[in-house]
Amino acid sequence: MDVKNYIIRQISVFSENKPGRLASIAKAFLEEKINILAFSIAEADGFGVVRALVNQPDKAFTKLTALGYNVAFTDVIAVKMKDQPGGLFEIADLLGDAGINMEYAYAYSGKEAAVLIIRVDHVDEAVSRILSKGGTLLEAKVFI
Amino acid sequence: MFWDKVNETLAPGELAKLQLKRLKKTLNSANNVEFYRKQFSDAGVRASDIRTLEDIRKLPFTKKQDLRSGYPFGFLAVPLNRVVRIHTTSGTTGKPTVVGYTRNDLEAWAHLIARNMTMVGLGEEDVFQNMVNYGMFTGGLGFHYGAEKIGMAVIPSATGNTTRQIEMIQDFGVTAIHCTPSYAMHLAEVAEERHAEFPSLKTGIFGAEPWSESMRTELEEKLGVTAYDSYGLSELFGPGVAFECVERDGLHIWHDYYLVEIINPETGEVLGDGERGELVVTPLLKEAMPLIRYRTGDVTFRMDDGCLCGRMQKIGRITGRSDDMLVIRGINVFPSQIEHVLLSLPEVGNQFMVYIDRVNHLDEMSIEVELNREYFHGELQDLTRMQAKVVKALRDVLELRTSVKLVEPGSLPRFEGKAKRVIDRRGEI
Repeated sequence: MDVKNYIIRQISVFSENKPGRLASIAKAFLEEKINILAFSIAEADGFGVVRALVNQPDKAFTKLTALGYNVAFTDVIAVKMKDQPGGLFEIADLLGDAGINMEYAYAYSGKEAAVLIIRVDHVDEAVSRILSKGGTLLEAKVFI
Repeated sequence: MFWDKVNETLAPGELAKLQLKRLKKTLNSANNVEFYRKQFSDAGVRASDIRTLEDIRKLPFTKKQDLRSGYPFGFLAVPLNRVVRIHTTSGTTGKPTVVGYTRNDLEAWAHLIARNMTMVGLGEEDVFQNMVNYGMFTGGLGFHYGAEKIGMAVIPSATGNTTRQIEMIQDFGVTAIHCTPSYAMHLAEVAEERHAEFPSLKTGIFGAEPWSESMRTELEEKLGVTAYDSYGLSELFGPGVAFECVERDGLHIWHDYYLVEIINPETGEVLGDGERGELVVTPLLKEAMPLIRYRTGDVTFRMDDGCLCGRMQKIGRITGRSDDMLVIRGINVFPSQIEHVLLSLPEVGNQFMVYIDRVNHLDEMSIEVELNREYFHGELQDLTRMQAKVVKALRDVLELRTSVKLVEPGSLPRFEGKAKRVIDRRGEI
């Protein structure tokens, strides 16, 4: 098993907290026919970071950068959850057992399953530990 | 009431004689300062060429930027062993302006404060709470020693902790306070919320910031004081340079200590009585740091009418500045200082915008600055750390808490020609 297969490149965009910024980012994705698979916004004092998993991360990076946005790639991993009561508990418990410290997380519920996207300190180590505890990780290619 | 009636009411002829004598002495002492030796020789003027008060016009002005070039002790006309106190004031860039005082300077300064406070009817019966910063800012120690000189009971309460300030005014039966007008408004508001009253209070001295007649009415009503305007700047000792008398119609500036000119700030042309322009002052009794034709940046005019109190010619209350200096909570801030700080931080760009608002009667300064692309790695905490770093760097230099907003690279306005980076939204004060 190659842990690299499980490392997903999240697009992180610096954005001021003002009306129209999200619309502008979303429009850029529309114009490039980029599909958004998961998405969240983290907000601080007057500004924030828009985080997205998209099907064409490189294209998204190029387009947003050309529009003047400050964009970076961040490595995240995606843990599969059961889409039923207790699904999150099961995974959170497993992550706790595996000693994984999350910096942040967000979730979406897709056709196949519910998915928890997490950002961790040491991604390689986290992948091995989650797998060894019997967790299921989505491979990066699922998102492309 | 007078502290020094003879000198406070000198007849014009006698005054001019005294001023000329002191001016000559000041020019001699300025000769100990390399900057002035060069200024005089560049202008082709020797101290002995100054035979009348008008002859001072032959000499060039001294600007705040000049003082910076002498950092730290280049403007001292006496050896350091004669200096007994050092204050600083914000300079136009990162370095502050240093002001030194000899023992005589401190004595002269306290004497002027004593004149001012006696002029408004204060004396040894009074209990005085001095609610300004006691550190490098001249307002704290300046008023402190003047008030002690006339025998007031002085409470060096300094700034902050409004609840405690209110308690002390009440418990100590304070009769006179000194603070910035905006802090006075804040104090009045907090007192109102708590239904606190100040039956003992009768006099409010407000300075370090410009304030209006409508603010006077409001402060007098809310605090139950008679409000007096105090003017000064650190380079000229500090507060006490000019002050309102009981007539409260203009500021008495002490002509036996300060030679006053009003100039057109664009051309440098000397203006007459009643004409509005920049106040230029040559202190006549400053030992440690003599200044020649110092441009204060403050806009005023010489008043034509005499005053019922019998003191010397007044100047109008300060209405504005001829340069870009800002006064935030009584502290001088130059936009160039902000630029200087930002230049030293690679995480942010060099473009910035400054917004000044008045929130609960206190000035709030917020600064927008662009993030440097290369320093964004996708994490929110990188950004908050960066923001905290900028806040700290600004606080270290400006001695002011500001709020900093990171904005997207390239999103701030770029200026061709004169930049308008400061938006003052405080409105009528």
